Amino acid sequence: MRRALAPGLVGAVVVVLVALPLFLTPYPISLVTRILAFGLLVVSVDLLTGVTGLPSLGQIAYFGVGAYTAGMVGVHVTDNLVVQLAAGVALAALFALVTGAFVVRTSGIVFLMVTLAVGELTHRLADGLDAVGGSNGLAGIPPGTVLPGGEPLLIAGFVYWWVLAVFLLGMAVALVVSRSPLGRAMRGVREAEGRLPALGQRTYAVKLAAFVVAGAVAGAAGTAWTAQNRFVSPGDLAFSVSAIALLSVVLGGAGTLWGPLLGAAVVIVVRDELAAYVAGYGELLLGILFVVAVYALPRGIAGSRLRRVPSVRPA
Amino acid sequence: MGWLDANLISVLNGFALAALLFLIAVGLSLVFGTMDVLNLAHGSLSLIGAYLGVALVDEDASLGVFVLAALLAAAVGAALGAALAAMTSAINDHLRQALLTLGVALIAADVLRELFGSDPERVSAPAALAGSVDVLGRPYPVYRLSVVAVAVVIGLVLYVVLERTQAGAIVRATVADRGMVEAIGIRSQVVLLGVFGVGAALATLGGLLAGPVLGARPGLDSTVLLLALVVVVVGGLGSVRGALLGALLVGQVQTLGVSLLPGQASYLLFGAMALVLLLRPRGLLPSPYAHAGGHA
Repeated sequence: MRRALAPGLVGAVVVVLVALPLFLTPYPISLVTRILAFGLLVVSVDLLTGVTGLPSLGQIAYFGVGAYTAGMVGVHVTDNLVVQLAAGVALAALFALVTGAFVVRTSGIVFLMVTLAVGELTHRLADGLDAVGGSNGLAGIPPGTVLPGGEPLLIAGFVYWWVLAVFLLGMAVALVVSRSPLGRAMRGVREAEGRLPALGQRTYAVKLAAFVVAGAVAGAAGTAWTAQNRFVSPGDLAFSVSAIALLSVVLGGAGTLWGPLLGAAVVIVVRDELAAYVAGYGELLLGILFVVAVYALPRGIAGSRLRRVPSVRPA
Repeated sequence: MGWLDANLISVLNGFALAALLFLIAVGLSLVFGTMDVLNLAHGSLSLIGAYLGVALVDEDASLGVFVLAALLAAAVGAALGAALAAMTSAINDHLRQALLTLGVALIAADVLRELFGSDPERVSAPAALAGSVDVLGRPYPVYRLSVVAVAVVIGLVLYVVLERTQAGAIVRATVADRGMVEAIGIRSQVVLLGVFGVGAALATLGGLLAGPVLGARPGLDSTVLLLALVVVVVGGLGSVRGALLGALLVGQVQTLGVSLLPGQASYLLFGAMALVLLLRPRGLLPSPYAHAGGHA
């Protein structure tokens, strides 16, 4: 993990990302904006799935809480994006704390299914709750401002810069946590949960902390999604989005954080952009990509750098 | 009797849905129990069965034609199951198996849409079973009752084969300890291929039998997959009895629950699953042979 990210390379990538709107037209910029928001959701899935070894299909719930909170604050309170981000992250983290208290008591395939249930229940709640627009979705979100009383962000490039800022913030939180003592304990849960208590670590607390951090990151991704689209609908929280987020993690290389980000970019480009050339076959392309990737990239895009101890099955 | 009288049709529909879910889910459960493979293409197998029904069974088909179509569907399912077993056998990481089988499911969905179009199709029940009979004074379709009977017979056969024959003993041993089965000179690959083939055959057969009830349409594959996953996780992975109990529970939640609490319908299924898993993480009736689980 330590040598997974060279500071020089990270710096160069950030500079290129910041400079993009100066070179690209609005359409590709909105594509990259979408990749960044979805990518941050995928990073939150990787914090649980790859780093902590808890495969999740439920991060869409916290993404949804972030997205809807930002939208509701935008409609009813203020168009200030910083306030929307803070409110979205706070509520998503709180929701993760309340649900996580139960969910992290499970692991493995049961964790997968319980998180799936949380995701689906949130999806259906959004669909049935008239206060947030029900099945029509939450519309009429005004363009956001960054400074109080400032100009609203209407140009794709400015919206992109805001989403990039949220993305970099979320990514920084994920990286800092992953390298902190908490991150080491999370990896300990993944590799040998039974041994952690022997070292004086409370695995329940470690897993709950990881769940709340991942929920907060997913919430931030949700607010970024709303800032770009200025519209949230229950369709954004569908099971298929959770499945594709989890598979982006596997495609990219679980546990590396930056690999899943590349996985997310590949998935979005294949599904939304290449599909335009073969009308209506986006899912077919995605399916072929998944099948080929399993055989051609046994350790994901980030692959060969990650050394993982094979998991030992309890007798 | 007043309550039962009012809700009789919902209860019966629940049993019919449970019978279909049991047929489809038991394969998913056995494949996971023996091979540790979570087959996300399982819903596609059952949709393929349903579309075989669309192609082979027409409006006034005789019972013989329907049975032939069902046997053909099972054969196609067995072949596809063997292919999936071969594809997944080299991969031992659950998440990569999920990636692979979901990829296969996405490809199958688009191919089926190309072949059969996007409009919902219906499979006709065979003419001999098309009518209805009186159940406690109410008419009920004969076909749905027959589906329950078929599922009971298949469930009994499965139970006897698994619990009372040597082949069943080998399968149970493979669930418990694959290495030990290899050590006594049995090629576990062959066992796994057989289980995957039978499980997939039951999924396509279940899909075809479900045709007259659920129809055939794009998207039905993921609906069925989700329901089957809920069934096996609630019941307990790798166990026939668990799949049966899970199917009965999900069947009633989906029909009786929805008719009693229409406003809460969409929360019932996943709410019930979350509750069961938090109280009994290994499901209601986990396989007594399976290892401690908890892997993914």
